[in-house]
Amino acid sequence: MRLSIYRYNPDVDAKPYMQDYDIALEPTDRMLLDALIRLKEHDDSFAFRRSCREGVCGSDAMNINGKNGLACITKIADVREPVVIRPLPGLPVIRDLIVDMSQFFKQYHSVKPYVVNDDPPPEKERLQSPEDREELNGLYECILCACCSTACPSFWWNPDKFVGPAGLLQAYRFLADTRDQATGERLDNLEDPYRLFRCHSIMNCVDVCPKGLNPTRAIGKIKEMLVKRTV
Amino acid sequence: MVKREVVGAHYGLRDWLAQRITAIIMAVYTLLFLTALASLPQIDYGHWKAMWQLPLIRYMSVLFLVSLFIHAWIGVRNIFMDYIKDAGLRLALYVLVILALVCYMAWSIQILWGI
Repeated sequence: MRLSIYRYNPDVDAKPYMQDYDIALEPTDRMLLDALIRLKEHDDSFAFRRSCREGVCGSDAMNINGKNGLACITKIADVREPVVIRPLPGLPVIRDLIVDMSQFFKQYHSVKPYVVNDDPPPEKERLQSPEDREELNGLYECILCACCSTACPSFWWNPDKFVGPAGLLQAYRFLADTRDQATGERLDNLEDPYRLFRCHSIMNCVDVCPKGLNPTRAIGKIKEMLVKRTV
Repeated sequence: MVKREVVGAHYGLRDWLAQRITAIIMAVYTLLFLTALASLPQIDYGHWKAMWQLPLIRYMSVLFLVSLFIHAWIGVRNIFMDYIKDAGLRLALYVLVILALVCYMAWSIQILWGI
């Protein structure tokens, strides 16, 4: 299998370069991540993140043939060779495919991604009706792989100010949660030309989400809540 | 001054909403204008001039132009917010764009009532 991979080791390389590889696969190698692990057997200087290898942990997000995705759930049979693999765009590269996700998580933390409820906790747990729980489907499944936010031009230009699709999806996940009591504070936190309104609904996030989620719809719902609160 | 990113300006919703409403106004105007144009018995200078002298057309056009300039202001500001990193330069460009749009508005009204 032919691969063209972004290489950069700041301790050694003056600048990043693309390195071509031709690797022999085993019959058991089905996913792109298998090919990368096979490649690392030949060239152990090659660095990338991976953990669960089944699309749950979100560690191996990368730019595959120009589109962000998870290597572990991208089938080798589906990608055109040579497969051009680069780190997620817009984030500082630590080494090869490993990027510094601090900015991404900072935005995620800024939306307070937890239920805020001042009532004394009940004996067992805070219950929801099945209908209320239904509201959280399509929101809670996010694995924070950063495919969406790093595919978003608004996040590229203002990663320090724009929350980004992943953060906003989580913001709505808690706005939509009937157990949460901080709706007003959450909306106040988001009503800002940079934090929320950098989103112009171009839907790159929806295009790349490996879990098939729709951050654009969630952002639309946040805007709808703001409109209802204002008019 | 501290070197810290500050966010939380608490505006944006009104502009976002205004951009959508002005877009609807412009779309409706375009349809009405094309209908008015199509209903002219023939397109020559006399009919064209007479159409522009109708108060309804004039005031609708003013509404359209106001919508256009508001829409343009929000759109251009969005572009500056993305690409112009220096706040001082951004503010200067905002002022220039507002001045230009106000001049365009005055000029448009002069043209509309000069026909």
